[in-house]
Amino acid sequence: MATFSSRFTSRRKRGAEAADLPPGQYVTSGFPVLSAGPTPQVPLDVWRLEVGGEQGVVQSWTWDEFRGLDAEKVTVDVHCVTRWSKFGTTWTGVPVEALLTDVELDGDFVVASSYGGYTTNLPLEDLLDGKAWVAFEYEGEPLDPEHGGPARLLVPHLYFWKSAKWLRGLRLQDEDEPGFWEQLGYHEYGDPWREQRYWGD
Amino acid sequence: MEGAAVLGRLSWQRATVVGLREETATARTLTLEVDGWSGHRPGQHVDVRLTAPDGYTAVRPYSIATPVNGSRIDVTVALVEDGEVSSYLVSGTEVGTEMEVRGPLGGWFVWNRDDPVPVQLIGGGVGVAPLMAMLREHGGVAERHPMRLLYSTRSPETLLYATELASRTQNPVPASAVTIMYTRNAPDTAARPAGRLTGSDIAAYGLPPTPRTRCYVCGPTGFVEAAVELLLKAGLATDNIRTERFGP
Amino acid sequence: MEAALTYLDGNAAAGPLGDILGFDITTTVGRCAGCRSAMLMAQCRVYSVGPGLVLRCASCDCVLLRLVVAQDRAWLDMTGLTCLQIDRTEPG
Repeated sequence: MATFSSRFTSRRKRGAEAADLPPGQYVTSGFPVLSAGPTPQVPLDVWRLEVGGEQGVVQSWTWDEFRGLDAEKVTVDVHCVTRWSKFGTTWTGVPVEALLTDVELDGDFVVASSYGGYTTNLPLEDLLDGKAWVAFEYEGEPLDPEHGGPARLLVPHLYFWKSAKWLRGLRLQDEDEPGFWEQLGYHEYGDPWREQRYWGD
Repeated sequence: MEGAAVLGRLSWQRATVVGLREETATARTLTLEVDGWSGHRPGQHVDVRLTAPDGYTAVRPYSIATPVNGSRIDVTVALVEDGEVSSYLVSGTEVGTEMEVRGPLGGWFVWNRDDPVPVQLIGGGVGVAPLMAMLREHGGVAERHPMRLLYSTRSPETLLYATELASRTQNPVPASAVTIMYTRNAPDTAARPAGRLTGSDIAAYGLPPTPRTRCYVCGPTGFVEAAVELLLKAGLATDNIRTERFGP
Repeated sequence: MEAALTYLDGNAAAGPLGDILGFDITTTVGRCAGCRSAMLMAQCRVYSVGPGLVLRCASCDCVLLRLVVAQDRAWLDMTGLTCLQIDRTEPG
């Protein structure tokens, strides 16, 4: 049985926002930086975003081409599996479906891959219909490399490890292929509202 | 003891605060009495676990600042911005407060009393804590190989172990000398004006580099990286430099 | 591409890995599956602020080991290490 430290309470509060808070989460005012490796520094003239499938890369954008696409500003809550949640975060990004208009959507699953080697997997439908963006600004400022810049995936309805930082590519495939953390105990889907943190949850 | 380095399952042990000392406005040393403490070596650390009444837990590593003393260990905690654990340990603990510790941990960033090598210690900020355990263990005994500490801190207001270090610098013992380098504000009595650690500091106040000199460097990651570069430039061998990075 | 300094030394992993493995990772020598170099695990790069613990090779940055710890289970992937040499000497 754990030893309780009297008067120790988490900085993170449950509070008036409890109704908007998924189970087991705490609200934070900061923005923790969590990383499985060194922060990639990707020069914009080298940066590419690629979309493809089993047949290979179908479309790719340079930074200028990507920034020429229509983007929108969104305000969303984000929930990290390490239990912090942040309400009302504002991002500017390109809806993922806009990147897939010329791609034959012949796979049910997507592997998102990042500069630096990180990967995560999601069902394709979780990236469509206004549920996901490729974000390049946070709070109106260019996205910091620490937080995944130049551009990251943003999928707020799933745990934040699915919002791959330093996004490099989206690959459609028929089979669900576990990514970096999914290989190591984290849930293949990751719905914070059903507290799907780990395998079998 | 067969397979002494094999730990067996590391378990959490109950620890009670039996003493506290305000080192500075933002740092405190806690003396913990740990149930069933099996001893430790200078340089090792413990993980401290706090459990809130609602079951929320937080774990952080802290270096042990004292040599073996029965079942008592000292840990020095510096306030970290927005740090939920450090703010509790620095401001919310009192004699009698309970927590849990796991350890001792780490078999490499360790100095053993009979290691037959001269030792250069370089500490930045609260990174000086494990080095104090080594310095205190050394005890300035002349027969031992020399040990020298270079301790970099911002100002007299951030100086840890001030009383003890004042005594050590006023009554220097050749076998274990301490030099404090201030980076922002240096008092007139300081070894040299305020500034970051440089190669001249190491040359002037460190041990002369020999192929066998072993260095222990501890502090924030940036400090450690810079100090290691200076040591390499001064001719110390990579294999003889042991580091413990505390994070940004 | 320069990497930002966000890692710690192997010491930072001593607690969580000691708990799971039952031996001291810091005095263990590991061989990297990527570049084949052998190194003291105390000197590998630890990224421990995240959903889990990641240890990377200091030479080639390959992932050596990953650990996730939940309340009732833990997951350990050591496929980045081809071999471990575990120290069995008495502490001096």
